[in-house]
Order: sequence, then C-alpha cells, then structure tokens
Amino acid sequence: MIWLTWRQFRWQAVTAAAFLAMLAIALGITGPGLVSRYDQLGLGTCHTECTSLAGQFLDDFKNGPDARLFYAGLALMYVAPALIGIFWGAPLIAREFEHGTHRLAWNQSVSRTRWAAVKLGLVGLATVASAGLLSLMIGWWASPIDDALGYGQPYTGTWSPRLNPLMFGARGVAPLGYAAFAFVLGVTAGVIIRRTLPAMAATLVIFAAVQFLMPTLVRPHLIPPVQATAPFNANAADEIVMTSEGSGPTTMMLKGNFSRPGAWVLSNQTITRSGRVFDGPPARACTSNSAPPQACSNWLNSLHLRQLVSFQPASRFWPLQWAETGVYLIIAAGLGALCIWQIRRRRA
Amino acid sequence: MTAAVEASGLGKKYGRRWALSDCTLSIPVGRVVGLVGPNGAGKTTLLSLATGMLAPTTGSIRVLGGTPGSGPRQLARVGYVAQDTPTYAGLSVADHLRLGAHLNPGWDADLANRRISQLGLRPDQKAGTLSGGQRAQLALTLAIAKRPELLILDEPIASLDPLARREFLQVLMETTAESQVSVIMSSHLVADLERIADYLVVLMGSRVQLAGEVDQLLATHQLLTGARRDPASLPSSQHVVTASHTDRQSTILVRADEPALDPSWSVSQIDLEDLVLAYMGLARTEPDGPGRLAAAKILEEKR
Repeated sequence: MIWLTWRQFRWQAVTAAAFLAMLAIALGITGPGLVSRYDQLGLGTCHTECTSLAGQFLDDFKNGPDARLFYAGLALMYVAPALIGIFWGAPLIAREFEHGTHRLAWNQSVSRTRWAAVKLGLVGLATVASAGLLSLMIGWWASPIDDALGYGQPYTGTWSPRLNPLMFGARGVAPLGYAAFAFVLGVTAGVIIRRTLPAMAATLVIFAAVQFLMPTLVRPHLIPPVQATAPFNANAADEIVMTSEGSGPTTMMLKGNFSRPGAWVLSNQTITRSGRVFDGPPARACTSNSAPPQACSNWLNSLHLRQLVSFQPASRFWPLQWAETGVYLIIAAGLGALCIWQIRRRRA
Repeated sequence: MTAAVEASGLGKKYGRRWALSDCTLSIPVGRVVGLVGPNGAGKTTLLSLATGMLAPTTGSIRVLGGTPGSGPRQLARVGYVAQDTPTYAGLSVADHLRLGAHLNPGWDADLANRRISQLGLRPDQKAGTLSGGQRAQLALTLAIAKRPELLILDEPIASLDPLARREFLQVLMETTAESQVSVIMSSHLVADLERIADYLVVLMGSRVQLAGEVDQLLATHQLLTGARRDPASLPSSQHVVTASHTDRQSTILVRADEPALDPSWSVSQIDLEDLVLAYMGLARTEPDGPGRLAAAKILEEKR
C-alpha cells in the first residue's frame, strides 16, 4: 500500500520538493544580508535606543529590494495550506471515485481501512513536513524583521509584531496545523462529494472561511486575555473622535494610549465611573472652534474616565501557537476518522 | 461443500427503486457461471453485492462461505474485474503488476508476466494509452494473478470489438482449464456466454428468472409445435413457459423432466439463446397476459 501511495503521489511530491528547493535558494541568497544589516546597526546587542534602531532597520528594509520577498513569503504561508488542501487533499480519493479505480483498489487483498489510512497517513505526513519546512525557511529569513517589529514600532497592517493576526498565521507551528487541516478537509470533501473539481472548490471555500473565523472569533479566547485598566489621560490619547449625525446629539469616542511592545490589543475602551463606555456628549470646550484644544483635554481629565484594555501580551506567542495548532490538529484527526468511516461504510 | 455464491432473500434498494429483489441462489463451486440479463436488470448490483462493494438492503449473501469484502482474507479469495475494467491511467502495465504484487499475498508473478508477454503488452506502456481490449486484459490479468478461488467479471467484454472479445474469452477459458477457479461472468448477450458457461443465471427486472446447469436447462425444455390447442390441456408434468397461437397452430415452450410423448406434437430442442429470450420475455409482464405471447413471438421471430 505504501508503494502504491508513493507511486501515485510522487509527481506531486517532486513538484513540492522542487518548489521548496527553489525557495530555499532565493531565501538563502538574500537572508544573510538581512542578518548582517541587523547586526551592523547593533540591534542584536542594543539596550537603549532599540526602538529607533529598529525603526531605521525597517525603513531601510521597506525601501529595499527584499521587501517584496517578505510580502511574498507572508502570502505563501497562507496560500500553501490552501494549495495543499486543493491539490493534494481533494483529488486523493475523489479521483479514484471519478475514474472508478477504487473498484480496482478495493478488490486487492487489502482492507479499505488500511488503503485509506495509508493514503491519509503518508500524504498527510508529506503535508506537515512541507508546511514545516516552509515555515522554518521563511521564519528564519524573516527573523530580523520580526525581531525589529517586536520592538514596538508604531507600524500597523503588514508591519505588525508577530502576535498580530496577519503575522501570527504565517509564523511558527500554526501553518503546520493549517496544512494538516486543509489536507484532511480536502480528502473529506472528496470522499463525500466524489468529484474532484467540486471537492476542490468546497475545500477552498471552507478553508478560507475557517481561516477567517479562527483569528476573529476563536484565537482571542484560546487563552483568556489579560485585562488592564488605567486612568484615562486625554493628553496622551491616541484618538479623540466626535461625530454628529444631522440634528442628533454629538457623540464622542475616546481611545487612550496603550503601549506594550508586541502585544495584540483585542479591545481598548474608555469607560465612565459608572462602568459605561464613554460616548459623550462632548462639552462646549470640545465642540467650540474658539476654545483652545487644551480646554477639551482638561474637561475630559476632570471626568475621571478609565481606560480598559483587553490584550494578549507578546509573551503568549508560543502558547497561542501551540494551542491553535492543537485545535487544527484535533479537527484534522476528527475529519480523518470521518473519512475512514465513510469509506468503510460507503459502498461503491 | 460450500457454495461459490449462496444468496437468500437478497435485495438491494436505491432510494425507492429495487435494483435487485428477493434473490435466492445457490451456485456450486467449480462452475463457469453466465449471468445474463438486459441492461438494468440488476447484474452489476448482484456482482457488487458478491464482492462487498455494496451492502444488501435485505437478505444475506455468502461467497465461498464468507461475508463479501469482510477483510483481506476474503478479498484475497475473490478476484473482481469491475464494469468498464478500471485501471490507473497514469500507471504503466508494469506498475499495475507491481501493484498486484504489493497488495496480494498470493500474487503469482510468473503467471502475470507470462500473460502480459503473451498479450504482447509493453510493460512500460501507460494503462491510459491501452485499447479497451488491452485494458480489459490487464484488469483480467490482475484478477487472475492474485490466484483467487472465485473470479467475478462484470460485463468485461461489453465494450470490446469482436476480436478482442474472442481473445478475452480465450484467456478466460485457458485460466479455468488450468486452475480450479470458479467464474461468474455477466453479459447482456447470451452469445458471449454460450461458449464458456456451464451454469446460467437469468436476471430480469431485478429478479432471478432462471438458474441452473446449462445442460440440464437445455434437456428439460422443449418446444412443442402442433395443431392449435389450449395449453391447459397439457399433462401436469409439463410446465408451460410460453405459448403462442396462430389460427391453426400452437407453439408452446414447456419445461418437463421427461420428453413429451404425445405424437400430435412435433418436438424440437431449444438453444440457449432462445431459452433465455423466452424467460426474459416472460418476465416483462408477469404473471399472465400478453407478455407470454410477446415472449413466444420473440421466439418465433428468432427461428
């Protein structure tokens, strides 16, 4: 069974290996330059001034030629599991059903359970190994950038610390979990739908939905977030926004400053002494054009508002990585069992 | 002695439609069984049940005394060439033999290699580039070389040209001659089976219409032709299968253990194809009615 699985999978395996080798070359050529630039600036040994050094390093990098490789690496980490699910997972058994070859395979002297388990196991192993290599290579290459981002530069979006949703899924062990899940999801879709193309489409849709729901709904709560509270200081606030709709009352939204390098902020609210989220109405000092800006801040500070922040500290990167990987692996194992049960039960 | 196939009250339902119903059969081992019936009669369903590719809705089926498809041991005892003779298009002929060797403990590599060279197949040729006949031969080789006790073939030659048909049947006959393997082969054409089958099962409208040794079936069926008369007037030992009448003449197919002695009949033997056709026509509109006549008409047209 191992021989047959390998014989049917070898071209996909060779393609993946060739791709990984090419990527290794590209990263191997450009990676050492990043490390030496990082060390040159003294980022590896800095005690003070780290934040500004990191800012310098990142500015150089963003305008340099390697920035594109960084983006590509980030995208690849998200695309690779989906590709594995679509091109390795979905056709694995659906193609057998489509061509009727399962009737040949199921009438050799090997039980269907073994047939399915070996296929799932071997190609699943290749999946996890590929995703692991990919994450290792890209993680190594991007480590100077990730470290610099960890110093709390006021960057947002792509240029965020590794705990932020976009970076989190592209680093560490989580991609292994994604790949394993995507692969088994593809196989399951193939077993249930029995047609390769629809199974591929279903895999893509479901995987994309799960990848969207995970960071928004599940990941923040994998470990209960830390709640921090401090007096609201209007002078250091990040945002003070006033909105008025038509003739209705003017509302006011406040966002206090919160700086913990590398933390993932889940919510940042300003609450009144009675515990309600502050929404105005603003005093005349804030709405009047003639009043000095300081007058509004003084009024806000006199309200004794409190800032309530819910966040995951930077130190939780690995615990969250393992927890999330665990969740994906458990789902993958469940789907794998469903596949085998379906194949045992399902009659040609 | 355990039967090759022992079915009792066997039925399979797809949604609301019965593909096979109330099938009770006992096929002895060592036979070459022809399973004949029109398309959609339930042949593939019966064979799929016998290989464990399907599970029965009602009743039970045992193959060589075991539950079909119940495990590696049972799988090793039954060789199966599925309809349309599936092979892996991307794998070469040699790969298929390697597949067989890896997946079957009883694999006979000499036999497989001999067959392939006799057939003139190039080992490095991809199965996807083989002709229909060659593909069927490759699938048959895989099934034979695992050295099964029972070989089940589901319309293996339906899509082949006459020459490929003949070659396929040739290989099959050689195999049965040199080993003690039992064979069940389905077809919608009696002519395909006539040359090799010594046992016949006629399936029509999801039911078994006729089953038995070919010699015995031929010996116990007679076609009576004579002046018009009511079939009910025949002796009770002669069971009327079909009857047709013109103004003056009656043609009646009877089943009886003894030859008809009534001198007013001219008695003739019926060949296998006509016999099968008669039973198929009979099934079309069970139990009585114009169908019986239709069957006899088919019979007459054939003559």
